[in-house]
Amino acid sequence: MKSKLFVLFLLLTILVSACAPAATEAPAAKLRVALIMPSAITDMAFSQSMYSALVAVQKEMGGEAAMEIKYSENMFKVPDAAAAIRDYASQGFDIVVAHGSQYGASVEEVAKDFPKVTFAWGTDVNTFGLPNVYAYTAAAEQGGYINGVMAAMLTKTKTIGVTGPVEVGDAKTYIDGFVQGVASVNADIKVSKTWTGSFSDVALMTEAAKTHIAAGADVLTGSSQSVVGSIGAAKENGTVLWFGTQSDQATLASNLVVASQVYDWSGMIKDIVSKRKAGTLGGEKYVLELKNDGLKISFNSGYPLTAEAKAAAEKAIADIKSGAIKVNP
Amino acid sequence: MNEILSVSTIVGILYSAIRLATPYLYAGIGEAFSQSSGVVNLGVDGIMLISAYAAFFVVLNTGNIWLGLAAAIFVGFLMGLLMSLISITLKAEQGISGIGLFMFGLGLSSLLFKTTIGTVKTVTGFQAIKIPLLSDIPIFGEIFFNHSLLVYGAFLLVPAAWWVLEKTTWGLKIKSVGQNPAAADSLGVNVDQVRYFSVCLGSILAGIAGASLSISLLNLFQDNLTAGQGFIAVALVYFGGWKPIGIMWGALLFSAVNAFQLWMQVLGIKIPSDIAIMLPYLLTIAALAVTVNRVRSPAALNKPFERGEN
Repeated sequence: MKSKLFVLFLLLTILVSACAPAATEAPAAKLRVALIMPSAITDMAFSQSMYSALVAVQKEMGGEAAMEIKYSENMFKVPDAAAAIRDYASQGFDIVVAHGSQYGASVEEVAKDFPKVTFAWGTDVNTFGLPNVYAYTAAAEQGGYINGVMAAMLTKTKTIGVTGPVEVGDAKTYIDGFVQGVASVNADIKVSKTWTGSFSDVALMTEAAKTHIAAGADVLTGSSQSVVGSIGAAKENGTVLWFGTQSDQATLASNLVVASQVYDWSGMIKDIVSKRKAGTLGGEKYVLELKNDGLKISFNSGYPLTAEAKAAAEKAIADIKSGAIKVNP
Repeated sequence: MNEILSVSTIVGILYSAIRLATPYLYAGIGEAFSQSSGVVNLGVDGIMLISAYAAFFVVLNTGNIWLGLAAAIFVGFLMGLLMSLISITLKAEQGISGIGLFMFGLGLSSLLFKTTIGTVKTVTGFQAIKIPLLSDIPIFGEIFFNHSLLVYGAFLLVPAAWWVLEKTTWGLKIKSVGQNPAAADSLGVNVDQVRYFSVCLGSILAGIAGASLSISLLNLFQDNLTAGQGFIAVALVYFGGWKPIGIMWGALLFSAVNAFQLWMQVLGIKIPSDIAIMLPYLLTIAALAVTVNRVRSPAALNKPFERGEN
C-alpha cells in the first residue's frame, strides 16, 4: 500500500513539475486581475466601489479581451481570504487586490512568495517594505467634512445621527471629518454617534437609525454595507435625510439622499496597471483625496438641495483641495 | 444618566425591544418545537435567510405582502423537510446536518439574490398598525400597540405554542418523543412522523422569522441579512428552558439590553462603544449561568431513534 502511494506521489510530482514551467512561460496576452473583498459586489458601499472601478478600467482598456477580472466576495473571514489571495497568485494573476484592512498580514505573507505578482491592499498605508505591494487608503474625512457642512445647514432639529459600524479605518475617519464639518457651520448642533460593532448587521443598524430618529435626529449618515438598514429607516420615516459614503447611495432613497462621497479607485488602478507595464510592481501607497479626484461628492439630482447649502459645499471642496481647510482624520 | 431614565427614552427602549425580539420569538419558538421532539436544528439561520430572500423576492415582484409571507412559509417547510430527511430518516448527526443546512441557506440565498435581484432594493412590507383604543393609552399604547402584524403575531405565538405543547395530544406526543422515544414507540406513537412534524413546524416558524426581517422590520434583503440571529434564537431556547414563555423573556431581555445600549450611545453617555455592544451578550450569558441548572433538556435531544434498540 505504502509503495503504491509512493509511486502515485512520484507520478504526481513529475506531472506537476512538468506542467509548472509551461504555465509560467505562457505569454500573458491579457492582464489578469483578481479582487478579494469582505462583502458583495452589490453592497452599495466598500466592495462595490472597488469592483465598479475595476469594471470601468476594464471597459477603458478594451473589455474582457484586454483585462480579465475574477473576484471572491464575502471573504469576511481572514483565513478564507488568505487562501483566496494565495490561490489567485499561484494561478498566475498579474494583480491581486485584497480589498480590506483586515487582509494586511495575509498579503504580507503571500507577497513574499510571489515576487512577480503585484498586490494591492487597503485601506492602509503599509507596503511592508515589499517591492510588489501597493497600499491604498481613502481620506474619507474630506468627504465627511463636506457632507457635515451640508448636514449642518439642512438640519432643523439641530440633531444629527451617525450610524457607524466599527470604530476603525475609514468608517471612523469619515465620521471624524463629518463631525468637524458640522462644527464648522454651527458648533451647537448635536451629533450623536452609535456603533453596532459589525459591518454587516443590518437589523441592528436599522434599529440604531430608528433610535436616532426617535431621539430627534432629522439628518443621518454612516458607513459600511449595513447602512442600507439606516437608509431604509430614513425611508420608512419619510422625511429624514441621508448622507452617503463609499458608493453613490442615491438609488436607495431617491428623494432623501442628499449627497454621497464616492470612492473612485479607477485612477489608482490605471496607475498600477501602467506602472506594472513599465516594470514597477509595487512599493508605493495611494491616498484617495478630493484633490486627486479619487474622492468625489455626488449630489443627488432627485433631492432639491438649497443653493446656499450647495454653494457652501462647493466652497468647502475648493478649500480642502487648495489646503485652506485641513481636516484631521 | 438622567436622560436615560426619562419617559420618552424608556418608551423608546421598550418599543425597540419588542420590535427587535420579533425574529427571535418566531425562530426560538420554532426551535423549541423541534428540540422538544429531540431534534436540534442548527440550520435556523440558513432557513431564515432563504425564507427572507423568498419573501422579499415575491413582494418585490408582486407587491403582495401575503404572497411574500406564504413564500417564506413554503420555503421554510421545504427546508424543514430537508432537515428531517437528513437527520431523522437518514439519521445523520444533527449538529453537523444543521450547520450544513445553515451554509446551504446562506450560500443559496446569496446566489439567488445576486442572480435575480442583483443590488440592494427596498419594498413596502407590513406596516405598523395602531390598534384602535388600545393604542391611545398613554405610554402603554405607544409601546405595545403600534406595531406591524408580524410583530403582534410573534407575541400571540407565545400562548399558542404553550397551548399546543402543554394542552394538546400533539404536544404530549412531541414531548414524549423527545424524552423517551422507545417508550412512545411502544405505545404506538410514530416517532419519525412526530419528529418530521415538529422539525417542519419549527422550520416554518424560522421562515416567518426571516420574512419578519425582510418584509416587515427592514424591508430589504442583503447577503447574510440575519447576521447570525438564528444562532442566538437557538441559544434562547436553552435560555428559556424549552418553554415559549421563557424564550419570550429571553428574547425581550436580549433585545431590551440591545435597545438600551443603542439609546445610551445616542444620548452620548460616556462608555466605550465596545462595552455597549457587548452588554446584551454579557447579560445573556450571566442570566444563562444563573438559570442553567433549573431546567433539563429533552432526554433524547440529539439522538436519532432506531427502532428495536435500547
